[in-house]
Parts: sequence; structure tokens; C-alpha cells
Amino acid sequence: MAITREEVRRIAALARLRLEPAEEERLTADLGHILEAFARLSTLDTSAVAPTAQVEEDRTAFRDDVVANPPASEALLANAPARDGRFFRVPKIIE
Amino acid sequence: MTALHALSLREAAARVRRREVSATELVRDAFARIAAVDGRVGAFLTLDEAGALATAAAVDRRVAAGEDPGPLGGVPIGVKDIICTAGLRTTAGSRILERFVPSYDATVTARLRRAGAVIVGKLNCDEFAMGSSTENSALGTTRNPWDGARVPGGSSGGSGAAVAAHECHAALGTDTGGSVRLPAAFCGVAGLKPTYGRVSRYGVIAYASSLDQVGPIAREVADVAVVLEAIAGHDPADSTASPRPVPSYAAALDGSVRGLRLGLPREYLVEGMQPDVERGVRAAVAELERLGAAVEPVSLPHTEYAIATYYLIATAEASSNLARYDGIRYGLREPRPALTEMYEATRAAGFGAEVKRRIMLGTYALSAGYYDAYYLKAQQVRTLIRRDFQQALARCDALVTPVAPTTAFRLGEKTADPLTMYLSDIFTISVNLAGLPALALPCGFDGAGLPIGLQVIGRPFDEATVLRIGHAYEQATEWHHRSAPP
Repeated sequence: MAITREEVRRIAALARLRLEPAEEERLTADLGHILEAFARLSTLDTSAVAPTAQVEEDRTAFRDDVVANPPASEALLANAPARDGRFFRVPKIIE
Repeated sequence: MTALHALSLREAAARVRRREVSATELVRDAFARIAAVDGRVGAFLTLDEAGALATAAAVDRRVAAGEDPGPLGGVPIGVKDIICTAGLRTTAGSRILERFVPSYDATVTARLRRAGAVIVGKLNCDEFAMGSSTENSALGTTRNPWDGARVPGGSSGGSGAAVAAHECHAALGTDTGGSVRLPAAFCGVAGLKPTYGRVSRYGVIAYASSLDQVGPIAREVADVAVVLEAIAGHDPADSTASPRPVPSYAAALDGSVRGLRLGLPREYLVEGMQPDVERGVRAAVAELERLGAAVEPVSLPHTEYAIATYYLIATAEASSNLARYDGIRYGLREPRPALTEMYEATRAAGFGAEVKRRIMLGTYALSAGYYDAYYLKAQQVRTLIRRDFQQALARCDALVTPVAPTTAFRLGEKTADPLTMYLSDIFTISVNLAGLPALALPCGFDGAGLPIGLQVIGRPFDEATVLRIGHAYEQATEWHHRSAPP
């Protein structure tokens, strides 16, 4: 297998995903198959090839850093899963 | 007499402008149509009849006052539910955003409104646009209007199905690996993925930021051109939106392909394709030759590496983009006493299986020890794939291919094996990796009566030529006049 169950647990922790045992098992199998199929990339010699992160050819556009959007704190807070007046309520961060 | 909902977008807008029909009548007719068919199609997740009627009334007042209502004035249009609409729920097809109401419009939404369009509602899609069949939506099932047992394609399946079922005259989708073109092909309508940077991504919920583009779906190529013209162009809120001027795409539709050089990539007509699809595409190529185009074989030799390259880059970008769903400021929260437990429980409950799979794959590809072997390698192969297209398009004005190896498949047919589903994108993903424009349009029907999609791929920022070829083909054929069963 291209990936072990231990690695799946480690990646899930990095990605902040809690997985049920059945999900861990399924993902170990799925990711294993996918990574095996993707191993064909290693057959290509790319030692002299520069990576492409963006296809953009135009220069990045710059603009002045000025506030353009109107304040919308009520609309933003309306989406909060938990709020207290004009504050977001969050679980305790520091023990 | 043609029903209002069956009119092309251009004809509907022209009638509003000539005061032969009011925007209010068009919108009422669209909602009557939606009420009649959407129970069966399932294209919409959210409808906004009150908002649409208010917009229509405003358009009617402008027309009555002798003002120009805009190129899309009064026309009912649907928007994929991954594109923000101020005050109107936007879910990305995910439980994690099921109750999310944006405080602002995406730039494309604002530009539709500025052009006079009436937004009727939000269209179903695969969760966070991750999928090829719309079966990954957590919020509903969309069915293909040509056959309710089949998928509409994805991820913009609601957009393709709504346009094909005459529920709106056009729709916006997004295309990261084929998500506009595949549903257009499976639903027998036209859809364009613009050049990366042609259309602003501001306010579009991000999946893979170096690949995502917004594109129009409509029943005719000329309608796609009109919508593209309305949404394209630079945006101060998206630094990747190109400052190049937006040409008149409608003016490019002169009905002629004479003298154009078209490439037929040999890697795109392969063993294992559905024979009807190959026949349909070859017949379309012959038709384009008959119309005066010169067709020659070309090669895109790195095609076989495209699926792996795409699914490593897209998932890596997705794992980063989706890190923002943490249950703090918006979206779902699964309450837990401690912060990390809350993050993990919220994301476990809020994301579906495919989204988790892609976050996991992307996190793995970016993680220490694997970055060079997977993510960096994929970025290098992306360069090779892009070079293939640069070489082919140095000789040819455009490339002609199938959109997908098959017509619409059955609901449930590919959900068990993620790799099989990924292969549906084999002819569309390379275009996103190379950042090129590509149009999907119908070029026939298979033995079961399902539409076959033709893909026309162009040079960067040459949407005009791609649309011109599609339009000329459409003028010479009858496929786009066929409608899905009522």
C-alpha cells in the first residue's frame, strides 16, 4: 500500500479532521489506490523543468490600499455560529 | 408560438427592449416553469422570487422611462451556489455553509445585475465544486433533464440542468477541471470556460485558486458570448483578473471558419471511448472541414499525466483554501469545550466524503517528506502539459476534441470508486492546467438519445475564435434546437 493507516491518522490531524474508524479504513484504501495510480508521474524526468504555480503572463495588478467596502459588521455577525453582542463567541483557547 | 422560457437569451432581452414583453412577464413565466419541472430536475437549491420580481419591476421602469435596460435587461438567469449573492443564501453544496448568507456580491454577480439580469435563484453543485456528477452535493440531487436516471454532469450540474430544462435562459457555473463544460455536454447546451484571468474570482468560494474560472452556460453559443462580455474584465478586487480589454464577443460571430486551422489531438480519440461519442466528434470535425476549416492531427504527448497532475495540484490548493472553515466566524460549528476538538468535530460533521478525501490527498501532497515527490512534481509536469498546448496552438488556431469519453452516466454508477469518477474529466482538466479558454457545445446524440459534447480549445484570451468556431458549427447544424423532454 502506498499509504498506511498511521499516515492517514497523521494527515487527518494536520488537516483538523476527526475521522471515524470506518472513514480511516476507507481513506487508507482510497488514497492508496489514488497514489498508486499517480505514481506514474515519477516515470517522467523533470529534473530540467521549472514548476508552474500560475499560468498568468500579465504582471500582477497593483492598486492603492484604500477601504472600498462599507462596514457590514451586523451582516457578518449574523453568520456567526455563536455571538455575544458585537463579539464572536469562541471556545476557551488558553487552559 | 414559442413559450417565453424557450426563447434564447438574446431574443428575450430584445423583446424586453422593444417592449413586446415585460421583464415581469419573463420572470413570472420562469418561476411557473421552475414550479412545473424543478421537482423532477432538482436544479435549484434556493429560489428568490420576491427579489427577482423586484429586479424585474426595476427593469420595467427603466424601459418605460426610455432608458437602456442593459444587454441582459430583464432576463432570468441562475447562479451556481458557489458564487456569492448578497443577502441570498450561498452554500457551495455543503453542510458547512448550509445557512451562510453572504454580505456582498461576487464581482460576476454584481456585473450580471449591472447588465440588467434578473437572478432567479441558486443552482446545485458538487460540494465546493468537487465532483463530476453533482452527486457530491450535500443538499440535493440534480437529475439530467434528458433522462432522470442519469447525472447532469458536474460540478455545475444545476446550472447545466436548469438551462437545458428551460428554467432560466442562462446560468453561471465555475470550471476548475471541466465543471462548466461537462454539465453543458451532458445536458446538451453550450458552456464556456474562459482563459484563467479573463473573469474575476472575487466572491467565488475558492476550490483551487490557480485553476478556478467562472463561465456562462446557455442554449446557444451567441448567448454565451453575450454573458461572457457582461462578466469579463479586470477587477480591482482580484489581482489575477487581467486588465486586457474585453472585446465584443458577439461581433466575432461572423458564421465563418474559412481559413482557420484546427488541430485534432490524437490522444483525445482513444480506445475505450463510447463509440457514439467518437462518431459524433468525427462527424463534427468533418462538418467544420466542409465549412472551410483546415484540420490536421496534432499531439499533446503528456495527456496521460494530466489526471494525476490535476488531482495533486487541485487538492493541494483545496486543502489550503478549505482550512478557513473552522466554525469561528461563519458556517457550521459543532460545539466542544476545547478549540482543537471544536475544529475537528466541525469539519468532520460539515464536510462530505469527497471533500474530506481531497483535503486529505492535498494535505498529504503538501506534507513534509512528500512535497517534492507529489506537489512539486505535479507543478513540473504542469509545465510540460502547458508546453504541449503552446506547441499545438502555435500551429493551430484552435483544437477540437470530445468533452468527455462518454455521454451522461447513471446516478450511482461511479460513486463507489473515486478514480473512475476522476476519469470523467480526462479531456477537460488539461485545459485548466494550461489556463486556456474552451467551449463545450452539442454535436449529436448517442443511441440512447443523450447529448454528445464537442470541445473547442483556444489560445489564451482568444475566446473570440473559440466562440466563432462554435457559432459557425451551430449555424450549420440543428443539435442546439433540440430540447430535453418537457
